[in-house]
Amino acid sequence: MLDVSEIQTFEHDVLVIGAGGAGLRAAIECSNRGMNTGLMCKSLLGKAHTVMAEGGVAAALGNVDRRDNWKVHFRDTMRGGKFLNQWRMAELHAREAPDRVRELEEWGAVFDRTTEGLISQRNFGGHRYPRLAHVGDRTGLEMIRTLQDQAVLKGFGIYMECTALQLLLGGRQIAGVLGYWRESGRFVLFRARAVVLATGGGGRAWRITSNSWEYTGDGYAMAYEAGAQLMDMEFTQFHPTGMVWPPSVRGILVTEGVRGDGGVLLNSKRERFMFRYIPEKFSVETAASEEEANRWLKGDKTARRPPELLTRDVVARAITQEVNEGRGSPHGGVFLDIASRLPAETIRRKLPSMYHQFKELAEVDITREPMEVGPTLHYFMGGARVDSDTQMTTVPGLFAAGEAAAGMHGANRLGGNSLSDLLVFGRLSGIGAAQYVRGLGHVPRVEEDAVRAAVRRATEVLNRDTGTNPYAVHEDLQGVMGRYVGIVRAEGDLKIALVELERLKADAARVRAPGASQYNAAWHEALDLRALLVTAEAVTRAALVRQESRGAHTRVDYPGERQEWQNMNVIVRRGKDGRMETEVERRQEPPKTLAAIAYATIEDLEANRV
Amino acid sequence: MSERLFRIWRGTAAGGSFVEYRVDVDPGMVVLDVLHRIQARLANDLAIRWNCKAGKCGSCSMEINGRPRLACMTRMNQFGGAEMIAVQPMKTFPVVKDLVTDVSWNYEQNRRIPPFRPKPRPADGQYRMRQVDVDRVQEFRKCIECFLCQDVCHVLRDQSRKDAFVGPRLMIRLASLEMHPLDTEDRVPALREEFGSGLCNITRCCTEVCPEQIQITDNGIIPLKERVVDRYFDPLLGLVRKVFRRK
Ligand SMILES: Cc1cc2nc3c(=O)[nH]c(=O)nc-3n(C[C@H](O)[C@H](O)[C@H](O)COP(=O)(O)OP(=O)(O)OC[C@H]3O[C@@H](n4cnc5c(N)ncnc54)[C@H](O)[C@@H]3O)c2cc1C
Ligand code: SF4
Ligand code: SF4
Ligand code: FES
Repeated sequence: MLDVSEIQTFEHDVLVIGAGGAGLRAAIECSNRGMNTGLMCKSLLGKAHTVMAEGGVAAALGNVDRRDNWKVHFRDTMRGGKFLNQWRMAELHAREAPDRVRELEEWGAVFDRTTEGLISQRNFGGHRYPRLAHVGDRTGLEMIRTLQDQAVLKGFGIYMECTALQLLLGGRQIAGVLGYWRESGRFVLFRARAVVLATGGGGRAWRITSNSWEYTGDGYAMAYEAGAQLMDMEFTQFHPTGMVWPPSVRGILVTEGVRGDGGVLLNSKRERFMFRYIPEKFSVETAASEEEANRWLKGDKTARRPPELLTRDVVARAITQEVNEGRGSPHGGVFLDIASRLPAETIRRKLPSMYHQFKELAEVDITREPMEVGPTLHYFMGGARVDSDTQMTTVPGLFAAGEAAAGMHGANRLGGNSLSDLLVFGRLSGIGAAQYVRGLGHVPRVEEDAVRAAVRRATEVLNRDTGTNPYAVHEDLQGVMGRYVGIVRAEGDLKIALVELERLKADAARVRAPGASQYNAAWHEALDLRALLVTAEAVTRAALVRQESRGAHTRVDYPGERQEWQNMNVIVRRGKDGRMETEVERRQEPPKTLAAIAYATIEDLEANRV
Repeated sequence: MSERLFRIWRGTAAGGSFVEYRVDVDPGMVVLDVLHRIQARLANDLAIRWNCKAGKCGSCSMEINGRPRLACMTRMNQFGGAEMIAVQPMKTFPVVKDLVTDVSWNYEQNRRIPPFRPKPRPADGQYRMRQVDVDRVQEFRKCIECFLCQDVCHVLRDQSRKDAFVGPRLMIRLASLEMHPLDTEDRVPALREEFGSGLCNITRCCTEVCPEQIQITDNGIIPLKERVVDRYFDPLLGLVRKVFRRK
């Protein structure tokens, strides 16, 4: 029998899993609060998903348009989320984002400037005013580097290329984490009083995605297996503009900044089709003609916003419909044109990495020709259910922040609201974890049997003589999710998906990774499959339960938002028999003051009447 | 679709050799796509680092036909039809396995650099900077830490002087701090003594391989060297500057 004391062991007050924006910010906060802090991540430091964020970080600084303030940001967020957001989270986010952005500046971040020398802000879908602080189209890089430098300065323990496999409990409380070093394949045990999950999303369950290999839903699966509840898993955001050609780059993101800076969407007949897809609720705030949209772009404050800047769910569905009705581009997308809208020089300055990306990967010069774009799986609004103030999940001592957590974005996230979410809730989760640790009576001990079982489960894959190829199983899963749990869903398809997932689970139980455990990509892939399958099943089950169309979740058999679902969240958790179960839960009523702001007219908000 | 011949270095710190793989290549593919295909079909345990597949994270650095490059930004159609493609790990860093190297040295150097020390905020709480001043440091802050410049720099690669010179990546990190409009720290003495700015002899090889097209040498290293020379060859100028600090 494996002797647990022989496994390399570290001890921390708080262990943070994930070194993207949320994890780094959480760890910095814990360290500031005197916690013995550790931070682990699958890749090298600075390579997490956050590095890829392009457009910007949303905060009502009011530098470009003085009319902006937290209330308008809050209202935009709620409207974008189709009023399913946790009210308190959306409030905290809108109130605190400006301070978090200014704090980054104090830590060395260099944002683009306005003519008065202040942090500049750009327009983005669903945001009433120019609100996204940015650095060209590489905002995420600036943010992660700044946080990374700050983390290095704090000097806490950082474990790179170290993957968490399983959360460990002592009784019902968190007691630690079992992981392994990618490099050596050796196991490592972290004893910790609190754990913050900042593991990001799970887009790799789909083939067409903007997500990297890290996004296998590890956080969702680990939380689920530890007994935590997941929430809002049916809301998977398809970003409207991913690359579609060549095939090998399909899914790679084209930032919304292209549309924020004036880019327009055209179908094969060269029509600006978005004018035909303006939802009722947004019609009073959206331009009615190209002429008006152009005036808005030039800064005319009486003009209304172009329809290309409607929320992502709306634009993604519109593109899908254009393509399905035969008005798509040659490779099954639509055209995104910035070339005819801005001088070449300006495009290269404002969107340098888009220019570079298309030039290098698609041999398209975006200053001369339109891009071909189509929807790509981008972001999970759902995740671990957390308390709005402390970010604690339903497992004592387990916290979650960033894309791993649910609630902030409701049924649909606005662009730019993720980076600000990471900063605001990263910090709050750090505060929450530190307070929890301070108040902890006795220190829970890791249950050793669980460690042994986890090690056995992981090593089985290596010791098999025969078995399925993990890459093939993963590809199979991506096909299933793309076909049956895509942008438009139906009961029949979702049920087929569940049957397919059972088959895939059986395949995954028989995978084999040839070779030794040292930096063995097949082994990593095999271990990731478990999390991918939990994630895929949670999304599918939740999608089946929600019988309406809201935000990013579209059911052909239940079109339109339904009043009875407005205050309902779908909860996913592990049942007593070990099978996944769902439950529909009524959300708390909002405080009157917040509801008044969310439902206010923009005129009343601007005149400060709410 | 066409078949291509790849030679990939396989092995560990203990040694290794090139192994040949024949693989189908589709139009539009980059080298990283082909490596993934080889991994999925022919060599399941092949070790590669990658994340973004779009030249943004700096993970997939390797040497392709002898040139340090990002595999995700190297298109297959730039190689001649019959050309064999040889892929090996970065030479300057110790091999972990196959195409993965141990780049921890770079992180250690970064830790030695005196951190950003900002001016206090003005009374209204708003830092003000002009875009032109910001442009200069933003160029350096574009760095994706791919370490290709470190790989190619002969001081580190051929002369193995990692003990004396931090290399071009860390030089532009120093430049990004030294030229930051809000920073008040003085790193000039350390530049010469601890970070070895004198060892760079301006060959510009680093600038040539930088996927972010940062003018490492001309905009970063040379101005830093000038600061060192000013300070140390002209004590009077150095003194004046210390008193009237200019950034
Ligand atoms: C191309 C692109 C552009 C985007 N642009 C924007 C934008 O302009 N504005 C905006 O607001 N949002 C944007 N987003 C969304 C935003 O970038 C992400 O939602 C956000 O960065 C997620 O941050 P995070 O801290 O939650 O997780 P991440 O940054 O993804 O970090 C996850 C971390 O968890 C680690 N991890 C995961 N599993 C494990 C495990 N098992 N063990 C150990 N570590 C683990 C990973 O290694 C990583 O360090 C964009 C996303 C993409 C893909
Ligand atoms: S210019 Fe200097 S830093 Fe760059 S490769 Fe040459 S010697 Fe190295
Ligand atoms: S300076 Fe350029 S080559 Fe060097 S690490 Fe940064 S991005 Fe890579
Ligand atoms: S994978 Fe990110 S730079 Fe190549």
